[in-house]
Amino acid sequence: MSELTSLTLKAALDGLAAKSFSAAELTQAHVEAVEAARALNAYVVETPEKALEMARASDDRRARGEAGPLEGAPLGIKDLFCTEGVSSTAASKILGGFKPTYESTVTANLWRDGAVMLGKLNMDEFAMGSSNETSAYGPVVNPWRKQGSNADLTPGGSSGGSAAAVAAELCLGATATDTGGSIRQPAAFTGTVGIKPTYGRCSRWGVVAFASSLDQAGPIARTVEDAAILLKSMAGHDPKDSTSLPVEIPDFPAFVGKSVKGLKVGVPKEYRVDGMPAEIEALWSKGVEWLKEAGCEIVEVSLPHTKYALPAYYIIAPAEASSNLARYDGMRYGLRVDGANLTDTYEKTRAEGFGTEVKRRILIGTYVLSAGYYDAYYLKALKVRRRIADDFDQAFQKIDALLTPTAPSAAFALGDKSDDPVAMYLNDIFTVTTNLAGLPGMSLPAGVDASGLPLGLQLIGRPLDEGSLFSLGGAIEKAAEFRGRPQKWW
Amino acid sequence: MSETAEKSKVIKGRTGDWEIVLGLEVHAQVASNAKLFSGAAVGFGAGPNEQVALVDAAMPGMLPVINKHCVEQAVRTGLGLKAKINHWSRFDRKNYFYPDLPPGYQISQYKDPVVGEGEVLVERDDGTAFTVRIERLHLEQDAGKSLHDQDPNATYVDLNRAGTALMEIVSMPDMRSSDEAAAYVKKLRTILVYLGTCDGDMEKGNLRADVNVSVCRPGDYEKYRETGSFSHLGTRCEIKNVNSYRFIQQAIEYEARRQIEILEEGGSISQETRLFDPGKGETRSMRSKEEAHDYRYFPDPDLLPLELDPAWVKEIEANLPELPDAKKARLQSQYGLSAYDAGVLVSEQARADFYEAAAKGRDAKLTANWVTNDLAAKLTAAGLDITESPFGPAVIAELVQLIEEGVISSKIAKDVFDRMWAGEGGPAEIVEKQGLRQVSDTGALEKIIDDLIAANPGQAAAVKEKPQAIGWFVGQVMKATQGKANPGAVNQLLKSKLGLE
Repeated sequence: MSELTSLTLKAALDGLAAKSFSAAELTQAHVEAVEAARALNAYVVETPEKALEMARASDDRRARGEAGPLEGAPLGIKDLFCTEGVSSTAASKILGGFKPTYESTVTANLWRDGAVMLGKLNMDEFAMGSSNETSAYGPVVNPWRKQGSNADLTPGGSSGGSAAAVAAELCLGATATDTGGSIRQPAAFTGTVGIKPTYGRCSRWGVVAFASSLDQAGPIARTVEDAAILLKSMAGHDPKDSTSLPVEIPDFPAFVGKSVKGLKVGVPKEYRVDGMPAEIEALWSKGVEWLKEAGCEIVEVSLPHTKYALPAYYIIAPAEASSNLARYDGMRYGLRVDGANLTDTYEKTRAEGFGTEVKRRILIGTYVLSAGYYDAYYLKALKVRRRIADDFDQAFQKIDALLTPTAPSAAFALGDKSDDPVAMYLNDIFTVTTNLAGLPGMSLPAGVDASGLPLGLQLIGRPLDEGSLFSLGGAIEKAAEFRGRPQKWW
Repeated sequence: MSETAEKSKVIKGRTGDWEIVLGLEVHAQVASNAKLFSGAAVGFGAGPNEQVALVDAAMPGMLPVINKHCVEQAVRTGLGLKAKINHWSRFDRKNYFYPDLPPGYQISQYKDPVVGEGEVLVERDDGTAFTVRIERLHLEQDAGKSLHDQDPNATYVDLNRAGTALMEIVSMPDMRSSDEAAAYVKKLRTILVYLGTCDGDMEKGNLRADVNVSVCRPGDYEKYRETGSFSHLGTRCEIKNVNSYRFIQQAIEYEARRQIEILEEGGSISQETRLFDPGKGETRSMRSKEEAHDYRYFPDPDLLPLELDPAWVKEIEANLPELPDAKKARLQSQYGLSAYDAGVLVSEQARADFYEAAAKGRDAKLTANWVTNDLAAKLTAAGLDITESPFGPAVIAELVQLIEEGVISSKIAKDVFDRMWAGEGGPAEIVEKQGLRQVSDTGALEKIIDDLIAANPGQAAAVKEKPQAIGWFVGQVMKATQGKANPGAVNQLLKSKLGLE
């Protein structure tokens, strides 16, 4: 039944509707695929029994004529989402053994629509990382390899488990989150489609917080249409999240395949960075050509404050994280290492519970919020953030969307950058801007490099205009004819 | 400021006179059924950790959502303090680690409070008044409670209070004596209770104060008020969490003398946070400025700025109750009461309401006396609140009416009142049952008086020389009638029969 795992989400939903196979069969096929792919380390928790139980319940609902939009679709859930009764640790030792008594709004929306949970997906600890190497469970291995090489590559991060599981056909789609590129960069590294919607589209309730003003949930899938189907279910106003937007959810899948004729697409000159591989530059140009052929007008635009985005991001995100992660103190849940007194217990618990990268960011964040440094760092970064949003506002006076590369390179080898945080942070150079401005951004596979590794292009849209991204993404997907799937070696 | 008040704030030191300068931060728990950012119940008496929502325990991924009612209460309070309402305000995180603070930060308003500058008019005991400027009022969360006495080796944490809404009301340093500080807290409490925004229960800690104390030389404070520069004032120490008027006064007296002693010995005051020990009546250092936390305040990214619709604020303003100052002025003008009586009546809204209900159609001054003296004394002795009074306003009105109509004298009324308190029945009922109706029957009184004059010719002659001696005859008539004679009628008859008219 392995062909069942190769279906797109759309095709699987159609097959279920046509009763070509049952949700139980579809789920069983995925459960087997997951078990067979442990070498990838994509899942940190497998929930096969729960999955099959949910699948049978789904088949019952369908039999009763109560099928939801995602009825019977087996999905993977990033470990950042709290799932009731199922270990939810943000891939951190400090949350070891934590099983929430509650279900995140986003996952609850998916179950409401009939989806099936296969398990929890690996990620960088607290979503801090671009290579999945900061996970307490060890890194995810990218199912893609360079041609003729057996070297393990990173799937990107932080949603590396989500991207790898989707690419390796270990689920039909996955939830992910994106604070500075954590959906889009792994999507680019694994030949999958990922969209970070407008800030406030998806509820953050029940998602372990990294940087509250930047965190946003979104899907990773194998096609633009699949991503649209998933986002439609994940999104929606939630009164339990004050930053959730009280707006209607558009029919995202209806935008896929819609003509993009007459849409104006901007190409920001500041995204042509030094040292960017020629292949990525070439792919970007190809993307421009495809959109032109589809009837778009291409406009060169300037986003002058782009170069300040990464430094601003690496002040704001750690600042918020340093406060958000203060609750992991060993007092109520997760890891506790008893010390001689209260302070000692705090110190021992947090020293043992957090990994190096998380500690680094807590230190940076604590520093930039400290008396005497607040104005110079945090406040300045907020001003930069405003300027970056203004840049986009001005650009969107003239254009409907932007086209850029997703990441400055293809997937790199595990261990390659783990000693050099700054090199690692540079992975986010094209993606952090949309988080700072709260805009929707999508990465989709558009080609491969010389060694056969997938490369992604990024589309950035106006606030709440994910629709145009699905239309433009659909057009690029069609023109690029990216059909690549990793060779199964695991 | 009156002369006596001027003098009372001076403390004589060995090196000259000193003055106290006081500013208060009052924490008032918002009267609300739910917490500031969660739906968990607020209430006294629940078992430990029974009133805790997921967000109060800072479970992963949980988010705060502002409770509109608490915002309304803060706005109402701001309006009651004649303060500026900020239509745009914001919540910040105050970061520090403590087990009774689950998220590791308190959500508060640091830079942009919901209420700005206002003022409170405070009456001193001598009848003079002074104004305390309010710097700001902001909303914040309370922390949970650490219980250190449950186990010798462990501290227990009760999170029922965690996340409860507090209003922090910050005054300018406008109080100059411990009496003024206590009077300010009393007045503030009265206003809050009138507004219904805080129950004012200090015993439960629902109203408590951080007291900032400094001392300066005479004249320095005036320089500060002229220039606005705090450099003219002494270094202050903050005494945390004092929760009774008496402790506030004791803490201030101790702290001011401690500071003066240090200064007179050539030392200097270091800015620090101190705790008041009610057992020893002294303050002691909690942490110095150097040990002060760096709270790393920053805007809480989980919450949107708090934007108030001006129409909503206007609506709240339109529905404000009559506040103590306005009520006092009205009681004085409408009922002709003295400032003192009016002040005593309005100090508690229920007492003023009781009074107004009783005074309807009755002698206003007489009614006020009964409410503020006899009834108040009995209630206080019994430890009862006016709302718990065994008789309602109509009963007091009935008693006053009996006096007004001459059925009983004021003196007999006191006896009637004692019997009422003892549960013997209503005023008219007791008067009838006990035969206390005063004797106004001139025929009967004339007979008694004639007999008295006849029996005491010497006394009768003396009264003609010394009219004050009539009192002896009045006393005798009262004795003969067991106090039931109408004093007016007795006086009248005596005067004519003794030839004083």
